[in-house]
Amino acid sequence: MEHIDHLKVFETKIEQDINIEAKDWMPDDYRKHLIRQISQHAHSEVIGMQPEGNWITRAPSLRAKKILLAKIQDEGGHGLYLYSAAETLGIGRDELIQQLHDGKAKYSNIFNYPSLTWADIGAIGWLVDGAAIVNQVSLQRTSYGPYSRAMVRICKEESFHQRQGYEIMAKMMAGTAAQREMAQDAMNRWWWPALMMFGPHDTDSPHTGNAVKWKIKRQSNDTLRQKFIDKTVQQAEVIGLTIPDPDLKWNEEKKSYDHGEINWNEFREVINGNGPCNRQRMSNHIKAHEEGEWVRKAASAYSNKQKLRVSQ
Amino acid sequence: MTHQEALLTLTLRLGDDPLILGHRLGEWCSKAPILEEDLALTNMALDLIGRAEVILRYAAEVEGKGQTEDDLAYRRGERRFYNHLLVEQPNGNFANTIARQLFISAYESFYYTELMNSKDATLSAIAHKAIKEIKYHLKHASDWTIRLGDGTEESHHKMQEAINELWMYTGELFETDDIDEQMSESGIAPLPAELFGKWKSLMIDILSEAKLSLPDEGFMQTGSRQGVHTEYLGYILADMQYLQRAYPDAKW
Repeated sequence: MEHIDHLKVFETKIEQDINIEAKDWMPDDYRKHLIRQISQHAHSEVIGMQPEGNWITRAPSLRAKKILLAKIQDEGGHGLYLYSAAETLGIGRDELIQQLHDGKAKYSNIFNYPSLTWADIGAIGWLVDGAAIVNQVSLQRTSYGPYSRAMVRICKEESFHQRQGYEIMAKMMAGTAAQREMAQDAMNRWWWPALMMFGPHDTDSPHTGNAVKWKIKRQSNDTLRQKFIDKTVQQAEVIGLTIPDPDLKWNEEKKSYDHGEINWNEFREVINGNGPCNRQRMSNHIKAHEEGEWVRKAASAYSNKQKLRVSQ
Repeated sequence: MTHQEALLTLTLRLGDDPLILGHRLGEWCSKAPILEEDLALTNMALDLIGRAEVILRYAAEVEGKGQTEDDLAYRRGERRFYNHLLVEQPNGNFANTIARQLFISAYESFYYTELMNSKDATLSAIAHKAIKEIKYHLKHASDWTIRLGDGTEESHHKMQEAINELWMYTGELFETDDIDEQMSESGIAPLPAELFGKWKSLMIDILSEAKLSLPDEGFMQTGSRQGVHTEYLGYILADMQYLQRAYPDAKW
């Protein structure tokens, strides 16, 4: 009977929008769902450092280099809060990283695309972080307390990221013909993958059911995607970029944009490991982790020696 | 040499060290042994690029030819760069990066402490801000030197190797030429040679706590005061200056 009471308390809290906290009882599936989602989110922040890190040494001005360095550090910091949020559910960072390396845990598909030119740094900040914000703003109201609070903090920094990305694009669109071409090319390559970040259409989304019932997920994939499109189209127009979708048009009746069909075949291929950078991203992460093992061992050996010295 | 020429060379020397070291530390992004260190190394890179920016801006002002800090960073050729050879050395393994940081941050901690008293108001203000960052960089590097030196057998060996390999680039930090003499006489900057005693005694303290040995003085590499570098600098600049060189009319 104890068990049923726990479930009831849990469900009542969900119903009344009271956060679930780390020490509260929760159904196993709720815990599993959160671990999967939070770790995927954490890994995305960390793997996302790679395409941007690719341009640190080549950033075209000292100011741009500083901004990029600061932004990438924020992403790494987000990874840290999220790993900590996952740890409150009883799983350690080492295990989460192992799951990533074994291919059991995923990260956002978007980071399997390459950052080829400086304009890609603009497009990542503006479109990729812009799409992430829409999702994360919605997650500020997610039912698990530690995750919700991590989102509040992360959202503040992400809006700065989006502005810096947009500023890069705006500067390039106001620049030389070569810069404008570079910016439009980045737009063409990143637009569709950015729309895919919201996941499959609601009718095809395998994880939506329980996540909605438990208020982990507050808005559907298609609702969030639509919000992103509606706020981004005008931003593109202001600086003279064209959205690479011939079917995009304003729908007066629903007061939002209709858009063309997303290439779900490409989406599935990239998820299944066939994106342009899947192998590269994962092998970089594994290599750094393996090459750093002696350092981590040394740090823990030193700390054990210190403890021993203190106790003697 | 006129006062202005000497001051220009001094500011380029002071600006190029953080510019090139910041570049090297930025290369660690997504490659560090643990996420916290990835953040620490790129955070130091950010401090260094910020310092390079203000010093090179001042250098451009001293030069008086209408250039900006970006022109000096992105359009100057390798024979006109004056960073120490130490800071352009490759990251190597984590121990190499830590040894490089230990040597330079310890040196800078003494140099910038003196520079705070500079009669040049701009350099004095820059030094007041930089010293806080430098002290943190030094603490980070010395903590890791001790952890690695007194960690496992493997880490001890790697840390000692790194100290030994980079040692020959430390002599240059204390080279003192006519420009330094002139700047010291005007009360603008300290004489590097005078900092050697303090630096060495700090190295002795840290390395002994780390159970590492101090290498013999030995042969010291030289050249950067005249803009003569190791082969590594050319590649750093090729990378760093690529966009500015490929699109000379563009503003970013």
